[in-house]
Amino acid sequence: MSTRVQILLVIGFAAAVIYPWLVPNYLITVGMLMFFSAFIGQAWNVSGGFAGQTSFGHAVFFGTGAYTSTILQVTHGWNPWLSWAAAMAMGALVGCLIAMLAFRAGLRGSYFALITLAFAEVFRILANSVGFTRGGLGMLIKADARPENLQFRDPVWPYYLAFALCLISLFIAWRLTRSRFGARLIAIRENEDAARALGIDVFAEKVKVLTLSGAMCAAGGTFYAQKYLYVDPTIAFGIDKSVEMLLVTMVGGAGTIFGPLIGAIALTGINEITRWAAGVIPALKNVQPLSLIVYGIMLMLIVARLPDGLMSLFARKARRNA
Amino acid sequence: MLEVAGLSKAFGGLKAVDEASLKVDAGEIVGLIGPNGAGKTTLFAAIAGFHRPDAGRIAFGGHDITGLPPHKICAAGMVRTFQITQPFAKITVRENIMVGAYLATADRRAAAAKAEAVAAQVGMTDQLDQNGADLTVAGRKRLELARALATGPRLLLLDEVMAGLNPTEISEIVAIIKSIRQSGVTILLIEHVMQAVTSLAERVYVLNQGRMIAEGTPASIAENPLVVEAYLGHGAAQVLRA
Repeated sequence: MSTRVQILLVIGFAAAVIYPWLVPNYLITVGMLMFFSAFIGQAWNVSGGFAGQTSFGHAVFFGTGAYTSTILQVTHGWNPWLSWAAAMAMGALVGCLIAMLAFRAGLRGSYFALITLAFAEVFRILANSVGFTRGGLGMLIKADARPENLQFRDPVWPYYLAFALCLISLFIAWRLTRSRFGARLIAIRENEDAARALGIDVFAEKVKVLTLSGAMCAAGGTFYAQKYLYVDPTIAFGIDKSVEMLLVTMVGGAGTIFGPLIGAIALTGINEITRWAAGVIPALKNVQPLSLIVYGIMLMLIVARLPDGLMSLFARKARRNA
Repeated sequence: MLEVAGLSKAFGGLKAVDEASLKVDAGEIVGLIGPNGAGKTTLFAAIAGFHRPDAGRIAFGGHDITGLPPHKICAAGMVRTFQITQPFAKITVRENIMVGAYLATADRRAAAAKAEAVAAQVGMTDQLDQNGADLTVAGRKRLELARALATGPRLLLLDEVMAGLNPTEISEIVAIIKSIRQSGVTILLIEHVMQAVTSLAERVYVLNQGRMIAEGTPASIAENPLVVEAYLGHGAAQVLRA
């Protein structure tokens, strides 16, 4: 890592720490959502970026986490922090099971992407119909803002919690780039047959990475449920969250450490600017939501012009300087 | 070291390999030749665990490995390369070779050191930081060899590592293969470049339409009328006999 990058990281870290003390509450929450996006984006990136197992249905893990912790708290009276751990374990389990089913059947590429989408939909429909999720009504978590309840009165704390999750996910990604496990995932992404020939148990590695990704996504699900104290089948298992994870990662750069964070910063920025523009420019007032249109255009541009995401701009610059 | 007995593999109605048998002893370089479509690559893939054979047995180092998955066979010490090179395109040569080296160690520094040593052995030291996608044909062939070598095999299955190379590049890779054998690795190779086969292999098997039609020293193969008819042609046979 060059000194310039290191300085940039230190400045970024310091800025993120002091940010909530400089801006109004509303912008603290925007920052929180940005780090949250970066976190679930990284959860997707671990399996979708590094290991190349593109998924359209990662909400299945997100929703599993959100529902597991909520049910344990609301129905069984568990402590929320403990429920959070249980949610991650459940996310890992679901990740492991889906991976075993999909990869045992030999599904690759777009077939794998579609089967994950199908799983998310099945979970959404199940959550809508079975009793213990209270169906389409959704589940409310009783508001009781105390740290031991994983609820906070001051928006600064969810902000720091999301920031911490993002840092942990960056650490996981960084470890991947420097470990045997990560090298094997990248080999699988680049060429599965060559990876097998070189002694990699492709099936086992894919199951492992989806287990990890499932646990991370589920952690995001619990965080989200605790923040809004509510979960329903569409929030938990709907396509929105699957797309959000995929989008920040693709925009930022799949398979890179900072891709999801860069993508989250870019998309949050666009979201805020378009919201502001819709407020000031009368002609845009009825174009709602404007941000989705800009997202769409941006995704097209990225796919066509920058298939490796915004991160490749930095890489290109570094190569030119070298 | 390697014993293949009566191996058959069919795809639909096509018998790609038909009761083929071969034997490789420790320390040998053995050639496998035959016309295009004879089933050489299929036989290799079946030996390395990529295809499950319909019939026959494969023993490696005295153990039955028939039907084992490729990663287990690789861990046992037998590794194949691909005729159509399969580099990990978006990562560097060093990282490519490290994937192979990680078979024996989980330590990143040890894997990197092994990768550099192997790169030196195959003459890729200058290309360590290039991306897999940026290599020339000759570079890709060497990378195939290097990655396989990094797994620390006892037996290397080389599938046409000289195809598409110019004479200089061929003589370089022939020297590399000789040095690999010197280091104690047994080699079974598929090759069309006959000069290379004669200069490398002690024994040669000839596969035609899925069947083994001959086995022997390169010189004796060139005398065999079946082989001349099926594969070599009279001109090449004359060159080999000379």
